[in-house]
Amino acid sequence: MRSKLVYIILFLFLSVLIFNSFIDDNPYFKITSDDVILTIPKGFPKPKYNFKNNTITPEKFVLGRKLFYDPILSKDSSMSCASCHQRIAAFAHIDHALSHGINGLIGKRNVMPLQNLIWKDAYMWDGGVNNLEVQPINPITNAVEMNETLSNVVNKLKHNKVYAEEFKKAFNDTIINSERLLKTLAQFTGLMISSNSRYDKFVEGTIQFSDTEMNGLKIFKTKCANCHKGTLFTDNSYRNNGIKPDTSLKDKGRETITNNPEDNNTFQVPSLRNVEMTYPYMHDGRFRNLQQVLNHYSNPKNFDKNYDLSLNKIGVLSEQEKGDVIAFLKTLTDKVFLYDRRFADPNMK
Amino acid sequence: MATILVAMSFSINTKANKGKLIIDFNNYVGNEILKLDSAVYKNEAGQSFSVTNFKYYVGNFHLRKADGTEYISSDYYLIKEDEQQTKQIMLNDIPEGNYVSCTFTLGVDSAHNCSGAQSGALDPANGMFWAWNTGYIFMKLEGKSPSSNLSGHTFEFHIGGYKYPNNCIREINLKTNNLIISSDKTSSIEIKTDAEEVMKTPVTIDLSKLPSVTDSRNATIIANNYMDMFSVLKINNEK
Repeated sequence: MRSKLVYIILFLFLSVLIFNSFIDDNPYFKITSDDVILTIPKGFPKPKYNFKNNTITPEKFVLGRKLFYDPILSKDSSMSCASCHQRIAAFAHIDHALSHGINGLIGKRNVMPLQNLIWKDAYMWDGGVNNLEVQPINPITNAVEMNETLSNVVNKLKHNKVYAEEFKKAFNDTIINSERLLKTLAQFTGLMISSNSRYDKFVEGTIQFSDTEMNGLKIFKTKCANCHKGTLFTDNSYRNNGIKPDTSLKDKGRETITNNPEDNNTFQVPSLRNVEMTYPYMHDGRFRNLQQVLNHYSNPKNFDKNYDLSLNKIGVLSEQEKGDVIAFLKTLTDKVFLYDRRFADPNMK
Repeated sequence: MATILVAMSFSINTKANKGKLIIDFNNYVGNEILKLDSAVYKNEAGQSFSVTNFKYYVGNFHLRKADGTEYISSDYYLIKEDEQQTKQIMLNDIPEGNYVSCTFTLGVDSAHNCSGAQSGALDPANGMFWAWNTGYIFMKLEGKSPSSNLSGHTFEFHIGGYKYPNNCIREINLKTNNLIISSDKTSSIEIKTDAEEVMKTPVTIDLSKLPSVTDSRNATIIANNYMDMFSVLKINNEK
């Protein structure tokens, strides 16, 4: 019995030793098994993506992180995922209205933030993508983004000595394929969870709101929360939010996916978590700041003719009310998430 | 008692006695063996055309005996005209006996369209995958026709979609009355896949009017056409 125990301790000790040799010395970038535990924040619903066929390990997470920050994914090795998904902006693209691609190409939609992705089962502004794992194929293959083919990315990784090593660490064999590439990326992006804003602490009862924030919350609940619902601040539906289409972009929104004319110019309701950092706003990034957003919603005369009827709840807001709502929206900024070292660029070390 | 023992040993034996089946997909246009690029064919609408690419997914094979018992292989395969080795698939561990029908899916079932990243035949890097509107392309038929007004006089049918009302998954049911699987032997079925059927029955496709189907619009028309492109040419039983 005792000798068994000794063996177990010895085994654990050795595994820790071997495990430690795999990870880098700088503690800021070090990912341990504690770092990759998925914890569902209090009050959050059951995730829709559950890692069932993609068991998270520190090595796979680290590989996903490396890929996320590596321009090898783009055709001319000039852009990585992080080129447009900046950590400090909750992985949106600060101050860029439309997505950028290789050779200075410009897309037709605003970069969406990456956060709380495992609570979604439809990705992109039009909801065309049905699984977190296959989402990155879009920016990789889109002609005005990374303009690369999936098979060529896999090819480049296969011929790269560092990746041969990293894939081996993560999967214990030498196979490199798109499934592994996509699954490790899903581990990295899937763990991007924002649930530590001042709002969350207010809900917990550990902090208090100022009068302005409190009033903003009250207005938000009656006028905005119909669409920006619940703890995720979205009902994941597709709606026409009243902005008139920019005809130069030729973007049919959700209709692109469904071919149903009723879905024309509707887009997925985005979460508002970290909204302070994800400017500019709307699917085409037309509004520079939250003030402009509030001005839009408060000006029904200017709405697109097919606007979603929920907008009628808003009515005309006073300047005071707009300011209060903005003060409330800023309580959704989650510095724990924005500065989470696990998601930092490992090339900085 | 003796009869029970005999019956038991018999059932154990049949369980252990398994054979293999090769399914050979032979791509045709009408009665001619498909030849990419150079051969010129005529479609139902009387328009001449050549084929530059022909690929399709098959899978979820069910072999059925007369008593209703089934052998099931849930794997998927991508048949590519330009890669000979993809056109022959092998099913293993089939209990011996006489099978009266072979049913399979043309396309990819809805669960596999929603399961995220996959490898092998279902690797999205195979190019039979829509990234922007997630789902597999079940069948690609591309070619050239003077009747097409697309640039280069090309035509292309990329057919997929697993959701109502644009579901293009089709179940193919072929009679295989004399297929016999014997223990440790390999029988085979030669299947004819007639690419011309993509453009006919029930709907005759006019390439001057519909040279391209690449999303859910008109996709079910083509799916209803390709439903009957398979037939059994020959069955070889190795006994």
